[in-house]
Amino acid sequence: MYTITIGTATCGISAGADKVLNEFQLLIAEKGLKDIKLAETGCMGMCYKEVLVEVKNGAGKFLYGDVTPEKAQRIFNEHILHDKPVDEFLALLDYQEGTEKNFLAKQKRIVLRNCGHIDPMSIDDYLARDGYKAIKKVLTTMTPDEVIKAVTDSGIRGRGGAGFLTGVKWKFAAQSPGDIKYVVCNADEGDPGAFMDRSVLEGDPNSVLEGMLICGYAIGASEGYIYCRAEYPRAIVRLVNAIGEATKRGFLGDNILGTNFSFHLKIKEGAGAFVCGEETALIASIEGHRGTPRIRPPYPAVKGIWGKPTNINNVETLANLPWIILNGPEKFAAMGTDDSKGTKVFAMAGKIKRSGLVEVPMGITINEIIFDICGGIVNDKKFKGVQMGGPSGGCIPAALGNTQIDYQQINKTGAIMGSGGMIVVDESTCMVELARFFLEFTQKESCGKCTSCRIGTLRMLEILERIVAGQGKDEDLDVLKELGEQIKATAQCGLGQTAPNPALTTMNYFREEYEEHIKNKRCPAHSCSSLVMYLVDATKCTGCTLCAGNCPAGAITGVKKKAHTVDQDKCIKCGKCITTCNFDAIYKE
Amino acid sequence: MNVVEQTREITTINFPKINTELWRYRDEPGRLIPLLQSAQETYSYISETTIKYISGVTRIPESEIYSVITFYKQFRLRPLGKHLIRLCDGTACHVNNAKVLKEIVEDELQLEGNDTTEDGLFTLELVACLGCCSLAPVIMVNDQTYGRLTPQKLRKTLRKYQKQEKTEAKTQ
Repeated sequence: MYTITIGTATCGISAGADKVLNEFQLLIAEKGLKDIKLAETGCMGMCYKEVLVEVKNGAGKFLYGDVTPEKAQRIFNEHILHDKPVDEFLALLDYQEGTEKNFLAKQKRIVLRNCGHIDPMSIDDYLARDGYKAIKKVLTTMTPDEVIKAVTDSGIRGRGGAGFLTGVKWKFAAQSPGDIKYVVCNADEGDPGAFMDRSVLEGDPNSVLEGMLICGYAIGASEGYIYCRAEYPRAIVRLVNAIGEATKRGFLGDNILGTNFSFHLKIKEGAGAFVCGEETALIASIEGHRGTPRIRPPYPAVKGIWGKPTNINNVETLANLPWIILNGPEKFAAMGTDDSKGTKVFAMAGKIKRSGLVEVPMGITINEIIFDICGGIVNDKKFKGVQMGGPSGGCIPAALGNTQIDYQQINKTGAIMGSGGMIVVDESTCMVELARFFLEFTQKESCGKCTSCRIGTLRMLEILERIVAGQGKDEDLDVLKELGEQIKATAQCGLGQTAPNPALTTMNYFREEYEEHIKNKRCPAHSCSSLVMYLVDATKCTGCTLCAGNCPAGAITGVKKKAHTVDQDKCIKCGKCITTCNFDAIYKE
Repeated sequence: MNVVEQTREITTINFPKINTELWRYRDEPGRLIPLLQSAQETYSYISETTIKYISGVTRIPESEIYSVITFYKQFRLRPLGKHLIRLCDGTACHVNNAKVLKEIVEDELQLEGNDTTEDGLFTLELVACLGCCSLAPVIMVNDQTYGRLTPQKLRKTLRKYQKQEKTEAKTQ
């Protein structure tokens, strides 16, 4: 008997998983096969091979990558009907040796323990993998203080970005007087290029609910909110389903598992504001207001939602908890470095061969993640740097690739651990432009409350825009640095305090690139359009005249069926020729 | 659509849905954002009439409702085009040349700085991240995702929709 499992998280669906699923359904119905189980699962981590299909029977597991409906037909005809695996489509074999194997070999999956293994819409699948055993253990054998002690002993830090010790945070909330308290799951994953939390919610929603239950018991809260981005509709569907199933089975609601502990959960959809990832802004948003942060103290642990003590944890932090309770805090604390314990999930994207979701023990180096696990840079270009922590983080250059994944060590470089987005860039990415991109993002997302953030980021952005346009001035770098440091020192919330980081770190590590832009009006990465020449590759140009016809400046000339040329004096560098050419014959230098 | 038409639309076609939700949640704390979300889901945007109506029932001042709407990116004060094109400008897409894609969409649909085409068929929206970074650069047209785009592939995709619209217009 075969089980066919298809990864239908957002990344899978985007690549066409629904069509593949449909195809298998049709094929099974057509042949009238009864003993085949067709299942869905969450993110398997190997986003670069989506659509992923796993075919499993007593003989072993076979994982197919890049599956299309056409390939599905062959897999069905050869593997399912005739027991002959289609070797050429296989992404990873149980017994396969070689580099692909490293993708999983160096990982340690705690948060992602169930992702890609269970059907996220089935609570039975979760129960079969020790689901809700941790809350049972907590409710029947531990006091709230013992739970807090276990979490403190594990050494886990909040995975949302700042890295505050979770156990300490819980203690504050537990000690706050009040009969009504709240637990909030922060699922407002706003960093562009980070999708860890989404994958956990889509692949294993019950583990997050269980984490919230454990927290509720520990701090004495009986109500909870999950604040989820509205941009994650699939995650919301799966959460709603999980809450419904858990309530039916008695894991949520009144008198859970026959004890005095009751817990009720609501989902709040965010409405699209990056700043709402900040605790006090998130609370304002749950209360139905504009999501502007306020001065702390009082901290949410004292005054949170509707003035009641509130504990806010990130998705990944919560998903770790059931594992910590069941396996013991010592086992968790045994992994990682002195400063940072356990594992961290990273969303790998950018110019990397194997983009996707990886979970690694703390203490591993950046180079190990990029080269051993993710296979290095696309087209074997030169690794230039990695942006960690999104718009609040910084860029770590290739020279510091031996930096360990550890809160303190990452902070030393000027970047932050952040929530776990890693955008890898190669030599064709201009660092000045990248800094401009992030500042544009934070500038747009600044809520406008503090002057230093609202005006300061705008002034920094203006300077960076001038530099990439080739109009930089000698004093620009000093002004940028001064502005950046002032914003960091005076902004009220995390968004403003970290907004200058991308510019400051790139100026620190890639200063010569800034200087090239300013002094020589050159972009070393050949990326900034105002600072490059558009040229025709005569070996590729077929003389179709399409670019000449489309050039708004009339700068491209040539005879039909002969290679064309660009008149640099007339060229206005709009880049239209690149986007119209069907033969990839225009390049920038 | 003028105000009279908008009012008629709200009070006739979709009146029951938003109405029940409004009255059910009118006193619930933190109700405003879910109400606005539900209104936008029904009408594709939030009109002046909707604001007035919600304010009337919940007694939240119109000015406050407007301030919440303009704070969050999700809310729109103008109707959507028939096809919504969401262009991802997240970091992964950005380093994979999303900027060029934006120029192509603007050029191909002749948007000239607006977000919706004159005929009301297409709306272009830049989004921070669609969450499928391994397919970068990505656009989404309605519910369909198109990944690993090149300028040529994007033009082809857009033309497919334009052609479809033209044939539909002819048959009507």
